[in-house]
Amino acid sequence: MTQTLPNLLNDYLPLGIFIAVSGVIGLALLIAPFAVAFKSPDPEKLSAYECGFNAFDDARMKFDVRFYLVAILFIIFDLEVAFLFPWAVAYGDLGWAGFWSMMVFLGVLTIGFVYEWKKGALEWD
Amino acid sequence: MDLLINLAIILGKSLLLLVALLVMIAYLLYADRKIWAAVQLRRGPNVVGPWGLLQSFADLLKFVLKEPVIPAGANKGLFLLAPLITCTLALSAWAVIPVSAGWAIAEINVGILYIFAISSLGVYGVIIGGWASNSKYPFLGALRSAAQMVSYEVSIGFVIITVLLCVGSLNLTAIVTAQETRGLAHMIGLPWLTFLNWFWLPLFPMFVVFFISALAETNRPPFDLPEAESELVAGYMVEYASTPYLLFMLGEYVAIVTMCALTTILFLGGWTAPIALPPFTWVPGVVWFVLKLCFVFFMFAMVKAFVPRYRYDQLMRLGWKVFLPISLACVVIVAAVLQVMGWVP
Repeated sequence: MTQTLPNLLNDYLPLGIFIAVSGVIGLALLIAPFAVAFKSPDPEKLSAYECGFNAFDDARMKFDVRFYLVAILFIIFDLEVAFLFPWAVAYGDLGWAGFWSMMVFLGVLTIGFVYEWKKGALEWD
Repeated sequence: MDLLINLAIILGKSLLLLVALLVMIAYLLYADRKIWAAVQLRRGPNVVGPWGLLQSFADLLKFVLKEPVIPAGANKGLFLLAPLITCTLALSAWAVIPVSAGWAIAEINVGILYIFAISSLGVYGVIIGGWASNSKYPFLGALRSAAQMVSYEVSIGFVIITVLLCVGSLNLTAIVTAQETRGLAHMIGLPWLTFLNWFWLPLFPMFVVFFISALAETNRPPFDLPEAESELVAGYMVEYASTPYLLFMLGEYVAIVTMCALTTILFLGGWTAPIALPPFTWVPGVVWFVLKLCFVFFMFAMVKAFVPRYRYDQLMRLGWKVFLPISLACVVIVAAVLQVMGWVP
């Protein structure tokens, strides 16, 4: 299944062009009001939105550690999914050996997941 | 010379698809508002054009003519980059979607992986926008939004894996043809009942998980917590006005339509007719594709109208403690059943 370079280019060139065209459409929309719309900035209008009074402190404040935990969990499981993709495609050729080896991998991850659950990493009160 | 002509053809096709897509979204948006209004016994948009049919275009014009406000404390470059990223990425996913047999712009053999990657990248637009605004509501909204999107990304990934196990290819066209050539209809000896072949039936639990995860992934009600008008005003979009805001909203709707298209391809047989007999087979594939897409979108719109919003802890519980274990178990079960019955492709 080795592909020559021209073939690869043929497959992926349309992709690049499509992304470029959609980028151009987005950019055109983004620039349009800066070119045509009426502008009258004033300090109140340009201040950060805070329900009518001035901001107390910096907006980039500390946030809950659970968001960080969710991000870490996401990395683990998304990697797992990425690892499953080639396995799922080649599943026909792998047979029972492929099934059981993946089960071992999933089992190890599930143990980690159960541990997270028991530790309360998934609790949002 | 040949290359130039090829380039021009690709460019033309891309433009055609994008314009068709954007017009379709204009009317799906209109339909969304009309359905929502009908459920609440209101009229919905009915002033601009006959029955309000031109409402979305009037909105577009209004957005373009509005004053673009960039808050003084914001990081200007990032602030404008975020909506552009959201919109461009959302549109890019359509490069690989086959709207009819062989009609994809780029027929790459890792199509579903590409869509999965692009939809993962969508989080960047949200988090950059929320951070660059330098204001409290967008910042909190962006955090919530990002956590929500990545949480449901995982179960969507597992659902895609179960479909891939039944297909054995990452190519979207192959996924559709796999639903045409094998399945329940062939087993019961009535191969023309194509709709029984589609994956929604054998993988029904996955279909449901995918649909609900798609709602959460695209920040649709009942999972529209990033917006949550009552507490965070409009989440990560608070500081945006004019077309930067429009690009966020457009990106969101494109993502919704992409999810509808993906549901169609993965579970509803893509462009194939539900019954492989005339007159159903006379209808072009693209019509079936759009019809199915609209049907899925209708379900999206009805859910928006019916279901009250989730609380944030309920949302995270559903994603991590219900959908993740269910979809993981389904991967194992589907893999085992395929192996035991010898149905592996």
